[in-house]
Amino acid sequence: MTASTVRPSPDRPRAAGAVPGTGDPPTPRAAGGPRRRASRRTTVRVLNVVSIVGGIAIWWVLALAGFQFPTPPEVVSKAVELWQAGTLTQDVLASLGRVLTGFLLGSALAIPVGFLMGWYSVARGLLEPWIQFFRTIPPLALLPLVLVLLGIGELPKVFVIFLAAFLACVISTYQGVVSVDRTLINAATVLGAKDGTIFARVVVPASTPFILVGMRVGLGSSWATLVAAELLAAQAGLGYRMQQAQLYYDLATIFVGIVVIGILGLVMDRLLLLAESKLTGWQERR
Amino acid sequence: MTRTTQTRTTPAATQGVGGTAKISVQHVRKTFALKNEEFVALDDVSLDIADNEFVTVVGPSGCGKSTLMNVLAGLETPTSGHARVDGADVTGPGPERGVIFQQYALFPWLTVRKNIEFGLKVAGLGKAERREKAEHFIDLVGLGQFADALPKMLSGGMKQRCAIARAYAVDPSILLMDEPFGALDALTRVTLQEQLLDTWSREQRTVMFITHDVDEAVFLANRVVVMAARPGRIYDVVDVDLPYPRTEEVRLSPEFAALRNRVWRSVYHQTPAATRP
Repeated sequence: MTASTVRPSPDRPRAAGAVPGTGDPPTPRAAGGPRRRASRRTTVRVLNVVSIVGGIAIWWVLALAGFQFPTPPEVVSKAVELWQAGTLTQDVLASLGRVLTGFLLGSALAIPVGFLMGWYSVARGLLEPWIQFFRTIPPLALLPLVLVLLGIGELPKVFVIFLAAFLACVISTYQGVVSVDRTLINAATVLGAKDGTIFARVVVPASTPFILVGMRVGLGSSWATLVAAELLAAQAGLGYRMQQAQLYYDLATIFVGIVVIGILGLVMDRLLLLAESKLTGWQERR
Repeated sequence: MTRTTQTRTTPAATQGVGGTAKISVQHVRKTFALKNEEFVALDDVSLDIADNEFVTVVGPSGCGKSTLMNVLAGLETPTSGHARVDGADVTGPGPERGVIFQQYALFPWLTVRKNIEFGLKVAGLGKAERREKAEHFIDLVGLGQFADALPKMLSGGMKQRCAIARAYAVDPSILLMDEPFGALDALTRVTLQEQLLDTWSREQRTVMFITHDVDEAVFLANRVVVMAARPGRIYDVVDVDLPYPRTEEVRLSPEFAALRNRVWRSVYHQTPAATRP
């Protein structure tokens, strides 16, 4: 089983330099006023539902046609069974605990480091080579080394997730700081603001959209790293459960794992998207 | 035909600061390094502006008019010469010199009211006092209905009115405006010119206003400074003896047309600089 079959996150990582906060999915400006826009949105929703139902139907048909898939009802009953046995809850909690710890620590460190790099050229000069170097290494590729150094407990897994979240978010924050509109800084200066005030009242709010995009990318990357790390070394968690199921040729459990991973990733991404729209609603959209 | 300007008082400035200029630019030279070669943005520019005078600076692009403004704002340091405001050398930006930018430079995450309060907050004013002052300037520029709107909800003209209110709120002694209406359509521009003069007549300040629009330069000013490029220098100075308030009648008068033609010729038919030894 390869890690690449796991596609846990619905997040399409966007380039850190892309215009942040432009909404997801991109809603085209409807020319015909609110009514037409609303009806178009309804059409899109209907198509979404049709697509999902159709997809499940195809899965079902393929399963019945003799492919080695479990049918949808089998997967559902397996999920119920795992839920009642308590293993599903246990696995979800184990996985969520790891991903949230790693992700929150990674973002919490990435934001100040990104600000330092954007604001002070000394920090940029010292840190940038390392960040650029580690950015090209998938955090999972470090797992063998981390396992040797940190043992096989929770620490190595949390560490690689931390690294995944940190690298995604630090670059984005740094981009945000260096791309703050010079005119806004000038405007604050001529109103009497000194460095500290400019930082807190101009640079921080102006880079928020970039930070949030970095966090979304970081979350996607954390989630991907987590599941793969669990496939390699864990005693509980969704990835571990799927790994075990693979040994016993238990396809229904593997399907439950995949669906739950997808749903959790989607929910976390939507939560961040919600935060993004609350915090960066001031942006002008073109 | 270059004329040197000396300290002078305009009718608006008779109660001014006893003969000394409010803004005094003395032999300012500003050069930029440009690929092995030196670009002279300002070449020995001297200009005095009296208290409460409204001076417009007009000229072709590259004549250094924005550089001159940035030097006065403290955003750029002259290579040589002095820029003084109220007799003190300009060493950096400060709230006593309000600046209005062409790109509005409103903080997009703050409402109109919060934008206007920004400078007051920096100055350490209490909440009630901030609010009261902001209210006054919101009314002055006629943005009452939009006080709690974000900049993205405003039209270009409204954004610039908000920026003007924000600059006024910190009570600067001079206002520096860098092509503030340059990005607006012609109709909005005319309206804003009238509103600016209305605001200025109620809250008198010394204004230096950069523009590339000859009509605008003549309509607003006590005095029009025409600059020339390569090197950036003052080419001509035209006094505008038209009465305030400047109404549409003034704008359509033959006197206005005559001044406009005079400035037009100065801007569009400049003789090249004499080669310097």
